[in-house]
Amino acid sequence: MSLIRLTTDSGLPVAAVYGPDDSDPKGIGEPGESPFTRGNFPGGYRDKLWTFRQYSGFGTAEESNQRYKYLLGQGSTGLSVALDLPTQCGYDSDDPDIEEEIGRVGVAVDTLADAEVLFDGIPLDQISTSFTINGTAAIVLALYVAVGEKQGVPRAKLRGTIQNDILKEYTSRGTWIWPPTPSLRLIGDTIEFCAAEVPRFNAISVAGAHFRDAGANAAQEMALTLQDGVTYCDAVVARGRMTIDDFAPQISFFFYTHGDFFEEVAKYRAGRRTWARIVSERYGAKNPKSAMFRFGCVCGGASLYGPQAQNNRVRVAYEAMASVLGGVQSMFTAAWDEPFALPTEESTTFALRTQQILAYETGVARTVDPLGGSYYVEALTDAMEARIGEIMAELEAQGGMVNAIENGHVQRLIAEQAYADQLALEAGERIVVGVNRFTSEEPPPDTEGYEFNAEQRRHQLDRLADTKRTREARRVVETLRELEQGARTDDRNLMPELIDCVQAYCTVGEMVTVLKNEWGEFVQPRVL
Amino acid sequence: MPYRILIGKPGLDGHDRGAKLVSIALRDAGFEVIYTGIRQRPADIASMAVQEDVDVVGLSILSGAHVSLTRKTIDALRARGAGDIPVVVGGTIPSRDEQPLRDAGAVAVFSTGTTIPDLVRGMHEVIARSNVSELPAKA
Repeated sequence: MSLIRLTTDSGLPVAAVYGPDDSDPKGIGEPGESPFTRGNFPGGYRDKLWTFRQYSGFGTAEESNQRYKYLLGQGSTGLSVALDLPTQCGYDSDDPDIEEEIGRVGVAVDTLADAEVLFDGIPLDQISTSFTINGTAAIVLALYVAVGEKQGVPRAKLRGTIQNDILKEYTSRGTWIWPPTPSLRLIGDTIEFCAAEVPRFNAISVAGAHFRDAGANAAQEMALTLQDGVTYCDAVVARGRMTIDDFAPQISFFFYTHGDFFEEVAKYRAGRRTWARIVSERYGAKNPKSAMFRFGCVCGGASLYGPQAQNNRVRVAYEAMASVLGGVQSMFTAAWDEPFALPTEESTTFALRTQQILAYETGVARTVDPLGGSYYVEALTDAMEARIGEIMAELEAQGGMVNAIENGHVQRLIAEQAYADQLALEAGERIVVGVNRFTSEEPPPDTEGYEFNAEQRRHQLDRLADTKRTREARRVVETLRELEQGARTDDRNLMPELIDCVQAYCTVGEMVTVLKNEWGEFVQPRVL
Repeated sequence: MPYRILIGKPGLDGHDRGAKLVSIALRDAGFEVIYTGIRQRPADIASMAVQEDVDVVGLSILSGAHVSLTRKTIDALRARGAGDIPVVVGGTIPSRDEQPLRDAGAVAVFSTGTTIPDLVRGMHEVIARSNVSELPAKA
């Protein structure tokens, strides 16, 4: 029996050989021209390499600040901030319900005092910062603007991204707070605010990565993400205050690259083409930048395995190369020990070196879209585009993304795919080296889990208590009251209120509580 | 009557691919499965376990906070007079944490990489052991 599967991971059939008749005869256009199949920029990586952006953050703001400075010193060209789950879900570090979660999967940020330490000595006018933050994204944006002001950096010079994509939180990642309607309003506020005041900042990074990690295949990942993008654009356009060209250039995307090499390349090429068509045809965009599908990616996640874990280094390297051949703008390469623990300095440095070798030694950056015109890659790009279109049509038939989430369609789609993949793995139909083939009896590596110790906890709680004691109580009450007022009317943009709250050293939990009282909380549908 | 299992996700971690996968797999294997959804308080999971009269509680935890959350869930079960319901734990569990989890009262640990047949077999064993003192056993 051949061990080679004749379909891609998304189930697209693959022929033995491809020729000139197998792809769309209309051709693929030029790089830097709509629909951007061959990439967003005419000069590709010759003009600007992708950003090396390693996701990092743990413990206290001091420790994360040290790690950021280390990574920048090693040649990282952007920061990617991991926040702890309480910060992501809107709880303060002194909330007894979440005591075991403080500082565990990211850094704890309760108030501006933490954010000041986090970026201490890091010039915000010179580097860009990406935040994986969703439920509390507007608050984190307010914090970043406030830290910038403290450093004397004007808003117009701030660069970076807030993920700010709540829809996939409802189905796949779980850091929701409010129901869809007020959440979409708040996202609209951030998009509007960035367009007006922080023009170099991506107000949203529509993320498929978490669908993928939850079990979606590559085609589903792209389709669900683009449908989310449509939902956000619809919501902003419906406010009637901006046209697509006012805000679409500040939308970015984010994905997982897994191991099916050519399918991943095709996924990104098809994604660019599909988004360009949507933005032009559905919204009538005039500015070519609006139709540009700029994306970041992460290599690793569910494509990495515990057994023979060193093999993960090879997987990440191939995934990184596929991402670059797909035209990525910003990349995070995960460390080999990701299935076990937060990365060590050694493992995260190695992961960064993987990108540097790719960029400077392999020659992949030398010419634009090196796979363009490959019979196979073009045929697969067409097939991927068609499959993405079918899945998006199913989502529209469900009444759009919000309905498809509330009725559990999206959650079921992903869970069923995850289950099918698991069965294929266990049946040996899908081969994973060291896991179901070429296995060995090898003990798991001796990695240290990251533990927030009692001293760090006390440090965090002390800073929070000090901040609460020394801040001006009257301003806290007033700014929170303004926030409450603003939340009651849809026609106000809440960003100025949030910035006032942040500058008054209100806590994340205090702001979230005010908004929860006005807006309620999301109720998870029963999907299984 | 099929055995009833509650799959719970305590804590703030929202990654529930494993919890859902296990729920579907156990259902396919003939169990009746109730999945709590994510971000549940340990006390709420315990209340649900009592209310639903389940035979086993399975906790799925990937954030690293497994020892504390397991202990809290088991304490909450005991506080409700349901300390006899066996609790098993799944997720990213380093082998050095298996003993602390057992010390906290967990009867089995299914870490990442467990196959579906092993999981199903493990669940039957857990139930068989917990039913030794309960006669007549469920069919």
